[in-house]
Amino acid sequence: MKEKAKSPDNSNYQPIEGDLSRWPVVKMARNRKAFVKAVADESLERLLENRRSSAALIEELETTVFKERLRIKQNPWDVDPEDDRKFWNSLRSELGALSHKQSSEEEKMGQLRVMVHKVVSRYAEEIAGNFKPSHYRLARTVVTFGLTRLLNAAKLHKFTGIFKNDYTLDEKIKIKGAGDKIRALAKKGTIILVPTHFSNLDSVLLGYVIHRLGLPPFIYGAGLNLFNIKIFAYFMDSLGAYKVDRRKKNQIYLEALKTYSSKAIREGAHSLFFPGGTRSRSGKMEKKLKLGLLSTAIEAQRYNFTSTDENKDRKIYVVPLVINYNFVLEAPELIDQYLKLKGQERYYVENDEYSDSYKILKFLIKFFTRGSSIAVSLGEPMDVVGNLVNEKGESLDSRNKVVDVRDYFVKNGEINIDHQREHQYTRMLGDKISKAYYDINCVQGSNLSAFIAYQMLKKKHSRIDFFNLLRLPEEELIIDYEAFKQNFAKLLETIKAMQKQGKIEVADHLLREDLDLDKMIASGIRNVGMYHSKQALYIAKDQQRIQSEDMNLLFYYHNRLDGYHLDEHITI
Amino acid sequence: MNVNQHKPVGVIGSGSFGLAVANLLAENSEVLVYARKEQVAHAINVDRFYNNQQISERISCITDYGELADRCDVIFPVVPSISFRQMMKDLSPHLRPYHMLIHGTKGLDLPSHILEDLEAVYEVSRENVKTMSEVISEESVVVRTGCLAGPNLARELAEKHPAATVVASHFDEVIKEGQRLLRSERFQVFGSKELIGIELAGVLKNILAIASGAISGLGFGENARGLLISRGLVEFIYLGKMLGGNTEAFLGVAGIGDLVTTCTSKLSRNYTVGYRLSQGEKLKDIVTSMEEVAEGVKTVRIMKKLCEHFGVRAPITESIYQVLYEEETVDHALRRLMKIPFHNDIDFL
Repeated sequence: MKEKAKSPDNSNYQPIEGDLSRWPVVKMARNRKAFVKAVADESLERLLENRRSSAALIEELETTVFKERLRIKQNPWDVDPEDDRKFWNSLRSELGALSHKQSSEEEKMGQLRVMVHKVVSRYAEEIAGNFKPSHYRLARTVVTFGLTRLLNAAKLHKFTGIFKNDYTLDEKIKIKGAGDKIRALAKKGTIILVPTHFSNLDSVLLGYVIHRLGLPPFIYGAGLNLFNIKIFAYFMDSLGAYKVDRRKKNQIYLEALKTYSSKAIREGAHSLFFPGGTRSRSGKMEKKLKLGLLSTAIEAQRYNFTSTDENKDRKIYVVPLVINYNFVLEAPELIDQYLKLKGQERYYVENDEYSDSYKILKFLIKFFTRGSSIAVSLGEPMDVVGNLVNEKGESLDSRNKVVDVRDYFVKNGEINIDHQREHQYTRMLGDKISKAYYDINCVQGSNLSAFIAYQMLKKKHSRIDFFNLLRLPEEELIIDYEAFKQNFAKLLETIKAMQKQGKIEVADHLLREDLDLDKMIASGIRNVGMYHSKQALYIAKDQQRIQSEDMNLLFYYHNRLDGYHLDEHITI
Repeated sequence: MNVNQHKPVGVIGSGSFGLAVANLLAENSEVLVYARKEQVAHAINVDRFYNNQQISERISCITDYGELADRCDVIFPVVPSISFRQMMKDLSPHLRPYHMLIHGTKGLDLPSHILEDLEAVYEVSRENVKTMSEVISEESVVVRTGCLAGPNLARELAEKHPAATVVASHFDEVIKEGQRLLRSERFQVFGSKELIGIELAGVLKNILAIASGAISGLGFGENARGLLISRGLVEFIYLGKMLGGNTEAFLGVAGIGDLVTTCTSKLSRNYTVGYRLSQGEKLKDIVTSMEEVAEGVKTVRIMKKLCEHFGVRAPITESIYQVLYEEETVDHALRRLMKIPFHNDIDFL
């Protein structure tokens, strides 16, 4: 395919594959029925692998039925199918009948297979996306158009701006990193994008980033709760989402979910996981990653190496991505949940914050009319065991020698299945991803300001514990401007040095020679969670002091730079 | 089971422990030993006797890393820690991710430029100091690594006395492979997932072996040794945890098992160092006169620096350091050690 020359800002890419019918996600959607059946069949076999007796299967089914009935009773959602209660009740009677019947183990296993298959089929059907190419085009247009309108209204500070075209999303969303390489690799293999997760806006934003890079839509697991809302369901389906129900934590469901993901990757569908699981409650970058879905990437790679069809040898590439917002709208609720958990005040029950369309719309409008620019950093692509890869898609070891990824799955000369080994590989991959997050995290002025202010207050009140620090009265939350400025200068030099070693990224506005420190500080502080009702940080009118109205929020935004040992450089 | 069952097992190193391991492996498989020098290969292949050991008929010796990596999927590197990294650099170009490396080296790695001038270097942190499995990961694509540690005096193994060892790895398949290859009527092989802990147990016990040798040399008897081993164990566990090991690793065969053996056996090299020191010999003379490396001598230096870095007091290690490197007499060091006020017997559990 011919590629148009890129525009100088490096962000205007042509689609790598213009023919929609050749997108894996489209192929999958076309054969949806067969795909769902294949997922159910494979899930069944996997479940049977570890449960070889009827007693084990009965126990698994009984647990599942119990949990599902509890869910229906305690936490029903609009999106749940109408026959939910009926289905599980009838399965329960079937199970009861079976355990009272005198029949051979073989006979029992036969019946249990049918029952488990019924359950996994139901789950696979629920999980599977409803991607429709025609809807995708429409949805993409609406989203891009809608966001651009909102943005123009925001930047021009008046509602009439909504009809203007002065600003584009490209200015607001800055994409840095290995875009070209990722495009090249997407043509050769399957991409797994693993972003950090801070806001509900992430998935919308990532949809935009993927489109901007000229890549076909990625499939991703979206919370089933978002499908409660019809209009959202429409867009999610159209953008390639499949459904993940966090209420369902039974083994059968999890197996179906993992099988779905693994099979989709094997079909060549580019995928997106949030390896942190849920949004970061503390504002810290994810260190402990959820390995469940990540392991499907490794497994899919092994399958590809043993497959005999067109997917043979198709490689899987993992791409870390970090999004940095100056302002996370849901920060107050997130940090509140984090502190409650940390303080163990009470058990935290996940509630559905985004329960209606109005709230979501309000959220989006607020975000785009108020939020300042967003930095998106793409990391270097890796193979499934964490080796970096070159433009040609070859894996490189630490001395830049080409490595054959197949060899990682080989024992005694041939590829074998070893779940414990792959579990260990998943942990290694998780560590590599987490390290990459730190390396590509792009420091904004607001991050630096929040970090310094919090650490200065912490040092000043070094005698009190964490919770008391957060509870300090406002009149104690005062920092001397000059001292802050000294720390800012020192830390700026530190992170610039770290950037040279590849340990962090620094936003362009912090590297500008023409800006003096005062200007950087002013803009940095202004941007710390800029539109919360209480200001996390502001400069007092006399310009001599810096103050905070909300220590929790300051802590949240400060956490963005946690884990770099930067606090050692702070002095008071 | 399959063809590759017949692949030979590799051993790198022709020291007494390396050959003992090779002989153990030869009970179950063909073994390829790598040696650097042609005359060593000749001694092994032709004389069938080297380093005071009879060499099994199923062992052959080669001098080419390429051939070794090509013919063996599982390799046991057993070379002194001082040359381990260079060995890995030479071997690395031939290694592939399917290789398994199970090492039997009981020392720590520190970059040679720091080691040369260790006392002058301002600070040594955990980042500078590596266990052998960490060196393997840094220098090669091999991920399936493991280690071998336990009460395994080479001479006793050669005499086929009963013994046991621990194979530690993060990978079940490495543990299983190690067990399959090493286990015999007289040799029990336990498995552990605590790779770093087991490595450190093998490394740190050498410090106490030096002290134990010194106690014998002064003719202090078994009360003193009992005291040393039990108090030494506490220090041993603290230092091990400081470097990333778990307490459990130090309480098993590779921990207490190996500790008791090396602290009571005249066959132990580190014990010998301590013994001769107490007789008034100089460290330099002892080291040059020994045929093989006593790892403890280097380990003490590294651990002293690490304790300073972590701000941890390790009285036994510090005392041995002073005897080895600061002209302190064994007798004097011991007296001072006895004066330290301890309050609790056991506080690590």
